[in-house]
Amino acid sequence: MNPVLDIVLAVLVLTGAVFTFIGSLGLVRLRDFYTRLHGPTKATTLGVGCLLIASAVYFSFDGDGISLHEVLVTLFLFITAPVSAHLLSMAALHQHLPSQAPAPEPEDNAGK
Amino acid sequence: MKQFLPHPIITPALTLVWLLLNNSFAPGHIVLGLLLGWAIPRLTIDFWPDTVRIHKPAALLRLFGVFMWDILVANLNVARLVLAGPKHIRPAFVAVPLDMDHAFAISLLANIISLTPGTVSAQLSEDRRSLWVHALDTDNPDALIAEIKTRYEAPLKEAFTPC
Repeated sequence: MNPVLDIVLAVLVLTGAVFTFIGSLGLVRLRDFYTRLHGPTKATTLGVGCLLIASAVYFSFDGDGISLHEVLVTLFLFITAPVSAHLLSMAALHQHLPSQAPAPEPEDNAGK
Repeated sequence: MKQFLPHPIITPALTLVWLLLNNSFAPGHIVLGLLLGWAIPRLTIDFWPDTVRIHKPAALLRLFGVFMWDILVANLNVARLVLAGPKHIRPAFVAVPLDMDHAFAISLLANIISLTPGTVSAQLSEDRRSLWVHALDTDNPDALIAEIKTRYEAPLKEAFTPC
């Protein structure tokens, strides 16, 4: 591997790690359930995105042939993360969890 | 035709997913992928009440670009907010009135809102007329609603409404 590639990969992995860490830090530092929900949805976008790009580049240059599994990981994450966040917040509203912001009345729609 | 190939867009998409899963574009996998892409939409036809028709793919592509850029900017914003500490954030629930009634377009909008850091779509009203969004930090809910409507809803509406 050439040094330029090494540096690019290192930067990508570090950026991904930092954003994932900040996302988890949000879980600890923020005060109510709804604001904490923002942590995980955030970590899966830029944090995991950087790590996956790094992985795709590394295995494309190091292994045999182009590695495209990472594209799928991204796709599945982008489908599942918002749906789970939406369901969690719907459940939270339903249970009247305490919120820093005035919450809307829960509605009993069984799903969209 | 509708019975035989219920979702012309999903078939190639599923085929592509199958090829990516196998990390191979060998002819055998393409045939198997096409077979799966044809069979799965047929078997799950009951879960898709509305047919999905994309009328303006260009609008969707543009939206994708805007969306990627927003993820980047919003990530930096939220990272700053988390590091600044919980005292400085002003969370709010905001009701975004919806102008479209296509189920697929609404779920796409809700997913986009949840994926851009700083907003999570919390609940869809029963009549599908408004979407409750939880914003991590906002001092101007009206501006947030306007932003969501012009940046995300308008292109979605353009792409999914027949012209």
